[in-house]
Amino acid sequence: MWHTLQTVYIIWKRDVKRWWRDKPRIIGALTFPVIFLVVFGNGLSGAMGPLVQPQAASALPVGAGAVDYKQFIFPGIIAMNVFFASIFGGISVVFDREFGILKEVLVAPISRGVVALGKTLGGASVATVQGTLVLLIAPLAGVKLTLGMVVRLWPLMFLGAFAMTSMGVALGSRMRSVEGFQAINQFIAFPMIFLSGAFFPLRNLPAWMEFIVKVNPASYAVDPLRRVVLEAQGMPPAILDRLAEFGLGLELFGRQLTIWHNVLIVVSFGILMNVLAMYLFSRQD
Amino acid sequence: MSTPIILVDNLTKRFGDFTAVDHVSFEVQPGEIFAFLGPNGAGKTTTISMLVTLMRPTEGRALLAGHDVVREQGAVRRSIGIVFQEPSLDDRLTALENLEFHAVLYGLSAAERRRRIPQVLEMVQLADRANDLVERFSGGMKRRLEIARGLLHTPRVLFLDEPTIGLDPQTRRHMWDYILGLREREGITIFMTTHYMEEAEFADRVAIMDHGRIAALDTPEALKRQVGGDVITVRTTDMEKDAACIEEQFGVKVQRYKDELRFEVENGEVFIPRFVREFPGTILTISLRRPTLDDVFLKLTGRTIRDAELDEKDLQRYRLRSRVVRPRR
Repeated sequence: MWHTLQTVYIIWKRDVKRWWRDKPRIIGALTFPVIFLVVFGNGLSGAMGPLVQPQAASALPVGAGAVDYKQFIFPGIIAMNVFFASIFGGISVVFDREFGILKEVLVAPISRGVVALGKTLGGASVATVQGTLVLLIAPLAGVKLTLGMVVRLWPLMFLGAFAMTSMGVALGSRMRSVEGFQAINQFIAFPMIFLSGAFFPLRNLPAWMEFIVKVNPASYAVDPLRRVVLEAQGMPPAILDRLAEFGLGLELFGRQLTIWHNVLIVVSFGILMNVLAMYLFSRQD
Repeated sequence: MSTPIILVDNLTKRFGDFTAVDHVSFEVQPGEIFAFLGPNGAGKTTTISMLVTLMRPTEGRALLAGHDVVREQGAVRRSIGIVFQEPSLDDRLTALENLEFHAVLYGLSAAERRRRIPQVLEMVQLADRANDLVERFSGGMKRRLEIARGLLHTPRVLFLDEPTIGLDPQTRRHMWDYILGLREREGITIFMTTHYMEEAEFADRVAIMDHGRIAALDTPEALKRQVGGDVITVRTTDMEKDAACIEEQFGVKVQRYKDELRFEVENGEVFIPRFVREFPGTILTISLRRPTLDDVFLKLTGRTIRDAELDEKDLQRYRLRSRVVRPRR
């Protein structure tokens, strides 16, 4: 048991150290969100105007709970950073294979499932930190940071990261070359994050698109982040409960999802993916 | 004889129609240096992969330190150390971190780690570079670190798959000093593969491998004795005619190899003057040397290791054409 825990820890530590020593990756994790926020945020917020029309919510003072597009995509950008770091962390199994380190791990007298778990936790931790980095640019988005918000974001980021890193490890275990990484990015990662509601309100969507958004597990990782951020901006509870009406919240079977619903879905998906990752990782030669 | 530390019985590995390892059987004694000599693609690495539990045999069985490589993977893994053909260090970590990583995977306690890590670093003379990132190491240093890592958990058998590949001759000689010294100090069994015949000479016993089979297995001296005496190589103006002529006149078996004729005689120094006197054809060049393991390989398979290697390269080039070349970091 002690050996198992130590193994998970050392594999986790390796991935965290490799990340810390890879400065270009850290800088990239900071600049991409800035570009996104500055270009898309500013480019689109003027055209879109306030996303919540307070007069629509009766019995509320005009102006209360106004959200502009920059504030709207801010949690989306956090999710994006977490998401890409997670996929990369999981897929890094392929790089480990390419550069030979994987062999050293595969002949060690340890269970491969444990290795996969360590790898997932390492990738998820790095992804959570990369998501946290986005908080540094909150002022650019006009989002005010509160301690409560940050403390609530962390576990949500980590759960999403755990699920997506597990998916990455599962994919990586089946890949034989690093070229496949690009394909995964284009055919799985980008569509998943773009169709998760991270970047546009889920209002008046074509039916097929709404369907994809709702079957996309990433959507349920984005939704709670947005809810926490909006709540911390002083949005009145009356509006928070009706976010789905403005396209700012997810609705399933006619009911707006709470944070706990989202957590349940993300954790279920995460466990499923992690079991799959352990299985696929154990079965490789 | 004591109980063998490695026992291999009819070990076979097939990939579809291709048989990479074909009913191979042999035993290795504790403390022995045992070498697999053969060209790339002969099945050496596949055999090692099965012995170290990375691949399941299609047929046959193998026992390592008394443990079955299929049914008792954990026990086998704890009793072996491996230096792979391709580098397997994390070069974004320091030498020390690489060793710590390995030590934890192999379940060494903190006390054992503190004792053993400086020991192995000292052994490969990398103690002063312990905290340097591996990416700053030369090829030879990386190899040494890998050997240190392979020894860290005090295995009973150390597997070295082409340990000196890609190293310059001087570093290669150094590596051998380590490996030979290692056996003295640690009393460990060493199982290695190589396609350099000079290296196989260091081994106690050599198995010559070709096309997935063991063509011969003995001490290097005994193998070379098979060749019989000295190797004479001549080039003449009319190879076809002269080959038959030499066989008839001097009673030797002539092997034609590229633009040379080779044969073996006892007492080569005495034979040459007589040959020059009595040979009716025109001699262009003539040379004499003691047999090498390559001669043994040639005698057994009809080609040299280098040739076999070139065949294999053609094959690889052919395979590469249909694939994108992998980018290197």
